[in-house]
Amino acid sequence: MRVRIDESKCCGAGQCVMIAPRVFDQRDDGIVILLDAAPPTELHAAVREAACVCPGAAIALDERT
Amino acid sequence: MSAELLSPLPIKRTCPYAPPAEHRRLREEQPIAKVQLPNGRIAWAVTRHEHIRAVLSDPRFSSNRRDPGFPSLSHEPPPSSDLKPLLLEMDPPEHGQARRGVLGEFTVQRTQALGPRIQQIVDQHIDAMLAGPKPVDLVQAFSLPVPSLVICELLGVPYADHEFFQTRSSALVNQKTPAEEIARAVGELMMYLGRLVAAKAESPTDDLLGRQIAKQRESGAVHYEDLVSMAFLLLIAGHETTANMISLSTLVLLQQPDKLAALQRDPSKTIAAVEELLRYFTIAEHALGRVAREDVELGGVRIGAGEGVLLLANTANRDPAVFGDADELDLERGSRNHLAFGFGPHQCLGQNLARLELQIVIDTLFRRIPGLRPAVPVDELPFKDETTVYGIREFPVTW
Repeated sequence: MRVRIDESKCCGAGQCVMIAPRVFDQRDDGIVILLDAAPPTELHAAVREAACVCPGAAIALDERT
Repeated sequence: MSAELLSPLPIKRTCPYAPPAEHRRLREEQPIAKVQLPNGRIAWAVTRHEHIRAVLSDPRFSSNRRDPGFPSLSHEPPPSSDLKPLLLEMDPPEHGQARRGVLGEFTVQRTQALGPRIQQIVDQHIDAMLAGPKPVDLVQAFSLPVPSLVICELLGVPYADHEFFQTRSSALVNQKTPAEEIARAVGELMMYLGRLVAAKAESPTDDLLGRQIAKQRESGAVHYEDLVSMAFLLLIAGHETTANMISLSTLVLLQQPDKLAALQRDPSKTIAAVEELLRYFTIAEHALGRVAREDVELGGVRIGAGEGVLLLANTANRDPAVFGDADELDLERGSRNHLAFGFGPHQCLGQNLARLELQIVIDTLFRRIPGLRPAVPVDELPFKDETTVYGIREFPVTW
């Protein structure tokens, strides 16, 4: 799995940080930081949930890799 | 729009824990339906999860509450307000810019730092309840003052002003308050917030308003009116909503003691439980609306420019396409894919603060008052039907 984030779409709700704190963090101004663009398998379910509930659709997943 | 079947909204609930059956029928048969609002206007009611997410993510729908097409459940025309537009009324590009200006105040990290202070506020109110007479109204003794003091903490309202702040803000959110008293409370709060912002500009403090002032000063000028609007929004958005969730969550957990017991055996389940309580109640049931800026095709229905769209998230949060056994309160469901905080770029800014408050309340209230129970039969409780935000007006409890 490859994770991409689009900072311009991020609305700083912080849900990804709550759901997958090993993959996502926030800058001091609230915008998402991607900690791990290729998270290990055991985190995939959490990352998928984070992408699904992201209110700004700022998280894109490529599941082919 | 042509005059087909029109359901008048709002509809009184028959069960205090479930949206009206008519809303469910709409979701199943007419997921995008024309409805009649109390002011006589016609709007579209949207009841499916996927459609509500689509509307809330689509910039062709405006959040401008001062637009005459914006769906309102009030009988009155929208007030002509002196307030600068609130964040929740703004559209792009102004909205994104304004929201980004304050986002940093609501990061997960900053919110969690408020935890110890929230715990203290919760404990103090439980101490006072335990020391006072019973039965007591949980709403007045606990549910309303706790979030009000959390907002004081967030904004940096000095301790000496807490009582002033609390009496005015509780008048504002109390449904029984006469209109002229509400107007007076709003006026006094706005004046107060104006003075607070001015005082913080004079001698900066390390709190939301203080930091915003410092930040604005760095980039040029301090926008006092924007800060007062912002403070007022936090007050109205974070006070009664959280209070209603505290009261309703307490009630439903007392009504389902096996679920409460399971939660108390393993407090690590509280996080998922709060998420489910948020989904289950979705109290801002009539608060989500938009107005179409242009013609939009949604789920095979054409919504015309200028037409209002009411998003019944409460019903969508029971959508079987998304949630299995959706009418069941399953505290271990753990799904965050609900619309209790809305969706899209306006999604609730204070959502993680609300979650934290509810987690601390649930972990503390039942532990410290083990015999807590309703002091009146539950079917006699005054539920807030037909209001923008659902809740309980008065909840006598004893122990």
